[in-house]
Amino acid sequence: MIVVGMADLNTVKEPGALTTLGLGSCVGIALYDPVVKVAGLAHCMLPESTKISNNANVAKFVDTALESMINDMIMKGAIRRRMVAKLAGGAQMFAFNSSNESLRIGDRNVEASILNLRKLGIPIASVDVRENYGRTVELYTHDGSFVIKTIGRGVKTI
Amino acid sequence: MRMLGDMKSFNQFHIDILKEIGNIGVGNAISSLSALLNTEMKMTVPEVKFLDFKEVGSILGGDEVLVFGILVQVSGDINGMMMFLVKPESARALINGLIGGDSNDLLNFSEMEQSALQEIGNILCSSYLGALSGFINKKVTPSPPVLALDMATAILSVPAIEFGKMADGVLFIDTVINTSSDSSVSGFFLLVPDMESFNVILTSLGVM
Repeated sequence: MIVVGMADLNTVKEPGALTTLGLGSCVGIALYDPVVKVAGLAHCMLPESTKISNNANVAKFVDTALESMINDMIMKGAIRRRMVAKLAGGAQMFAFNSSNESLRIGDRNVEASILNLRKLGIPIASVDVRENYGRTVELYTHDGSFVIKTIGRGVKTI
Repeated sequence: MRMLGDMKSFNQFHIDILKEIGNIGVGNAISSLSALLNTEMKMTVPEVKFLDFKEVGSILGGDEVLVFGILVQVSGDINGMMMFLVKPESARALINGLIGGDSNDLLNFSEMEQSALQEIGNILCSSYLGALSGFINKKVTPSPPVLALDMATAILSVPAIEFGKMADGVLFIDTVINTSSDSSVSGFFLLVPDMESFNVILTSLGVM
């Protein structure tokens, strides 16, 4: 299984699989083309590259990660209009009673993912987002299943 | 002389400043902990590590390792966040030291034990920030602490994202604390001032 780190992305064709460990407020974006069985997974930290001057790492941001991941998948034979997305993460890890924007970052990462996918015309098949706990995810190329593991909150497949 | 206006992002200069603050802050934090637990404590010279985002979990032994994070928000003349991280073994030693317990359970922590740990984290972070405040002669106010127990990388995502706005990595201050009873406790501090606050720190230190 290929491990995708924080601020990282990767794509793979069947029979590979992708995983990213310990998603907290970061968002995990999974894309899948069921016809050619090509999958992509990104572990993004921030919603928008345009708001940050230090934006060389495309995988760090939802907008640029999606663009780059879609291009990589197309190189492997995928077609954008066939792609479906699944989302995980975007938790608020610390229960601050605060309107502080930096503590709402999980929520903003989820919102940015939904917005950018809509702009790109990629439907979202399922999500497991927000709440207040960490998630490890695994994306399988044979059927696009997205397995979500937690500490003390069980395992589910979306 | 360096002009911060020319600096688009975080660089070696900022890392050096956080290191210097770390040395002062950790020393003060350990003195406070020593007084709280009424035990003589020695610390190793804090080791400062700047890690790529992909490596952040490794500092605690793996991305999915269970860790406690105690987070305080920082406001006043300096804005940002500060975090103290401990693994369950060290958390257990600190809690037992504070409440006089003898449990060695590393999976279950009662509500009272968690609030004891939250208070320890609070004292460590507040005295660290107190040292910073005195050093730069600026107002630095910590919020009440909030504690979370989860996978290392999930906990670290919160300060990592703050660093992520400025840099492509995370600065950790790694400290091993030895108590007189030979038990050793290791913990990590992270201080993340926002970019504007770096300006305030630099000006206060007379370097710009």
